[in-house]
Amino acid sequence: MANKRYIFTFPTNMITEPVIFNLGRDFEIETNIRRADIREDAGWVILELKGTEEEIDKGLLWVASKGVRVDSISGDLIQG
Amino acid sequence: MAYLNGLKCRECGRDYPTEPLNVCDFCFGPLEVAYDYSTIREVVTRDGITSGPLSIWRYKDLLPASGENPVDIMTGMTPLIKANNLGKELGLNNLYIKNDSVNPSFSFKDRVVSVACTKAIEFGYEVLSCASTGNLAASVAAHAARAGIKAVVFIPGDLEQGKVINAAIYGPTIMAIDGNYDDVNRLCSEIADNYPWAFVNVNMRPYYAEGSKTLGYEVVEQLDWQVPDHVVVPAASGAMFTKIWKGFNELACLGLLDGVEGMSFGEDQNSVHHPSVSTKMHMAQAFGCSPIAAAWNNGQTHVVPVKPDTIAKSLAIGNPADGIYALKVIKESGGSATATPEDTVAEGIELLARTEGIFTETAGGVSISVLKSLVESGAIKQNERTVVYITGNGLKTQEVVQGAVNTLPIKPTMDSFESAYNG
Ligand SMILES: Cc1ncc(COP(=O)(O)O)c(C=O)c1O
Ligand SMILES: [Zn+2]
Repeated sequence: MANKRYIFTFPTNMITEPVIFNLGRDFEIETNIRRADIREDAGWVILELKGTEEEIDKGLLWVASKGVRVDSISGDLIQG
Repeated sequence: MAYLNGLKCRECGRDYPTEPLNVCDFCFGPLEVAYDYSTIREVVTRDGITSGPLSIWRYKDLLPASGENPVDIMTGMTPLIKANNLGKELGLNNLYIKNDSVNPSFSFKDRVVSVACTKAIEFGYEVLSCASTGNLAASVAAHAARAGIKAVVFIPGDLEQGKVINAAIYGPTIMAIDGNYDDVNRLCSEIADNYPWAFVNVNMRPYYAEGSKTLGYEVVEQLDWQVPDHVVVPAASGAMFTKIWKGFNELACLGLLDGVEGMSFGEDQNSVHHPSVSTKMHMAQAFGCSPIAAAWNNGQTHVVPVKPDTIAKSLAIGNPADGIYALKVIKESGGSATATPEDTVAEGIELLARTEGIFTETAGGVSISVLKSLVESGAIKQNERTVVYITGNGLKTQEVVQGAVNTLPIKPTMDSFESAYNG
């Protein structure tokens, strides 16, 4: 089992979609939202995912396929 | 000793002890160091600073690691040069270059790594680590060598040979990862989670980032304890940009600026703004990786990550950890953010070299080109005191200015020389 932290960034057309609900329903992943900022035109959600590495990978691929951007919350580690 | 009360979450304000931590368990916000400014106020003086070592450790009372035995390869106290020639070319009378390309490993990264390495040793770490495309790798390897500890550095598999040598010469273990940018990030975050190493910009990050404040302190000291009207600063994660601003405001609040009354730091140490600090903070990014500039210019309060595609490799961070805080600094200071077109980067490098005799890497080319556009747009006026930060050395990115090479081939005869020289 792994515990992973991400920020999902939603484009305007995805704001009203229950992406996080579906992620928890359709994959063996427990979702735990810690912070969020949703506005009319865009939004982000910071959350923790619990599950096996494979299941989280599959789930995140699905989230990304919906047009939601998935990033690690610490920002890019690799620096100039 | 360092005057710390511990760490504090930048988002929810929860307190944490002085440990190798960087994220709040509760809200996942970033942790920042919390200083004991009431003690600092009693110990820090201008005389104490000016009689200190000729390195960033003259500001030890304002840094989050102990200055008694720092890992110091004499980083900092780099020249602040009055740039009359470049000023004349651009129409500025009061232009300065902070030439940070002459640090021991040839970039400003020595400032942050010197603090991170010193703190890592305080915590008892035996391995210093990072993931980097160049400057940070070299600095981590150099400081670990000086400290006599191990360095493990991760680089992308396709990194230019020159940059690999730049880090390799100091004797670290170098892992060249066969994968794209996202793969490198992902693997390194997993390694950082699972190995008991001091990863400079992960578990050491709150301490590491503070090292950049010294870029603010030095400019103030070099300007006889005054702040400039404008600064132009290149940004990748945005950390250095926010810390230069923090440095100016700390000195003001501690009453160290010329003719300025100190004031309290208030609740949020990281957002304090002393009214005497009227410096406008101008951020410079290259168009191919300009997520913070894009957010600023679109009026967004958060940064949408991008895939970097820029010749300014040292600024190629698509998901900048300090993006939102940098946006706040731009707003608070009345500054700006500019994404300069990719083809102006080499022009900026050549302009600085040709006018001032300073050879910078692409990040410096970005800053100079952004300076030029700020003058053209009227944001910076003729007599305003302006400081441009040049943060890395030109020998690191020679390939981007190959076009500047124009040698005259001659035979070993006077005739040949004279006809080439006069022709
Ligand atoms: C030469 C140079 N300048 C500027 C920066 C930007 O620093 P920051 O990530 O703090 O914005 C970097 C970062 O890698 C760099 O190497
Ligand atoms: Zn928090």
